[in-house]
Amino acid sequence: MDVITFDHVGFRYPDSPEPVLKNIDIAFSGGSFTAVLGHNGSGKSTMAKLCNAILTPTEGAVRVKGMDTRDDNSLLSVRRTVGMVFQNPDNQIVASVVEDDVAFAPENLGVEPSEIRRRVDNALRRVGMYEFRLHAPHLLSGGQKQRIAIAGVLAMQPEILVLDEPTAMLDPYGRREVLATVEELRAETGMTVLLITHHMDECINADRVVVISDGEIALDGTPADVFSRVETMRDLGLDVPATTDCAKPGRMCRCPRCR
Amino acid sequence: MLKDITLGQYFPGDTPVHRLDPRTKLVCVILYFIALFTANGPCSVGLVFLTLAFAVGISRIRPGALVKGMKPLLFIVIFTAILNLFFTEGEVLFRWWIFRVTDQGVYRTVLMVLRIFLLVSSTFLLTYTTSPLQLTDGMERLLAPLKKVRFPVHELSMMMSIALRFIPTLIEETDKIMSAQKARGADFDTGGLAKRAKALLPILVPLFVSAFRRADELATAMECRCYHGGEGRTRMKTLKMGVGDYLTLLLYCLVVAGAIVLVRLGL
Ligand SMILES: Nc1ncnc2c1ncn2[C@@H]1O[C@H](COP(=O)(O)OP(=O)(O)OP(=O)(O)O)[C@@H](O)[C@H]1O
Ligand SMILES: [Mg+2]
Repeated sequence: MDVITFDHVGFRYPDSPEPVLKNIDIAFSGGSFTAVLGHNGSGKSTMAKLCNAILTPTEGAVRVKGMDTRDDNSLLSVRRTVGMVFQNPDNQIVASVVEDDVAFAPENLGVEPSEIRRRVDNALRRVGMYEFRLHAPHLLSGGQKQRIAIAGVLAMQPEILVLDEPTAMLDPYGRREVLATVEELRAETGMTVLLITHHMDECINADRVVVISDGEIALDGTPADVFSRVETMRDLGLDVPATTDCAKPGRMCRCPRCR
Repeated sequence: MLKDITLGQYFPGDTPVHRLDPRTKLVCVILYFIALFTANGPCSVGLVFLTLAFAVGISRIRPGALVKGMKPLLFIVIFTAILNLFFTEGEVLFRWWIFRVTDQGVYRTVLMVLRIFLLVSSTFLLTYTTSPLQLTDGMERLLAPLKKVRFPVHELSMMMSIALRFIPTLIEETDKIMSAQKARGADFDTGGLAKRAKALLPILVPLFVSAFRRADELATAMECRCYHGGEGRTRMKTLKMGVGDYLTLLLYCLVVAGAIVLVRLGL
């Protein structure tokens, strides 16, 4: 069954001259692991934010388990169903103690204190950070912080996990740490995962790879399928290391190098 | 160098002081302030000093950490100390050039420095032994009656807890930017005030830009985690007053009463 469907979705930021996403028509089935690739500024993050109603489509509709993301009444249900992890671990941690941070989402949802405790402990064990529950997040490594961020989302008990370049700011060790955590989660819970990334090698274990270019879906298929089309991939600017292929060097580009 | 700033830092622990309800600790600090501002003689200041020493002893916080916390205030302390020392009337102990030191001056200076130290240390003891979340939770609960007059209590406490969470991150970032600018030949340590202030600009600008970007991303991350204001929010760690809390409150009331009595007796 499809858990997220994009129905001819178009999106334009209020101040952008042309649409960032054009006529995206795609569905993600429950339990699947999809990797989304695309160069800087292709609209990947925008697509992620459309999945849990942080942004709502200016054209077409996005549905999460049948709920329209534009419907204010289902806003919280949508957000608790689709957990989102972002690039910069520092900017998603709200509390000064690890376990307090993980408790943030269930607290917002009005969950009973004892149930929050149980969820927090579970989530921290899932990402292998239980021993660090009383630590201060700013003293942890990047990979550890990102695992805390994942735990913070897991505490909502979401069915879908969207990760927007979760490894972009990490060293190779941190990257492996975070990817292994996601792999384990998938194996143990059968969660639907949408991994947005710059790194080809992170897509290899995915069931499906979607390549976005200039706001449109350029390629969609199994990893073997997509990666065999070397020419097309090269035309999309995807065969070079992430930090050297800025689509829009300068102010608008938000890749780590231009920043 | 910026790492020395320990403001708002929390040292986790499991002592009776750590376990006290944050509301108790907040009220106790207020009571302690009342006692401190009432105290003006050696005995009453001594009583306040003993109260703090007792609390510090139980909390297992190293007294050195409290003294270190005074560092950023050193300038103000020395400045007021000098004013007190040289410009208080009294029996002259000795003079040098246009300066004269009086017995009253020495006495007032010692008392004043001690009082500033007691004032600052007690707030440090509070933040050292109370996690920011507990602290802001306690504040939110204490101020809850103000919600009736539409005072944004929840928003205020959320803002405070986020500010406390980001202080170390921003300090770290400032350090990084400073080293980067130094590597490019920037000089923060010499020159007049105007030159130094100007040298700070290349630090402040990127710091502000990054702080705004962080705020933006954090707001999104909070929304993603279903944050929608204080309405209907529960807490994992519910606050609960125990016997120890009431006894501590009683003790601090006694200290205030003691200070008032001592002052009345002129001690
Ligand atoms: N808040 C905004 N307002 C206006 N334009 C925006 C905003 N956020 C992004 N854009 C623009 O939308 C386009 C797509 O941005 P998006 O962040 O979705 O790209 P991305 O594929 O995630 O890129 P990256 O790899 O850098 O993360 C870019 O051209 C960007 O400049
Ligand atoms: Mg992005």
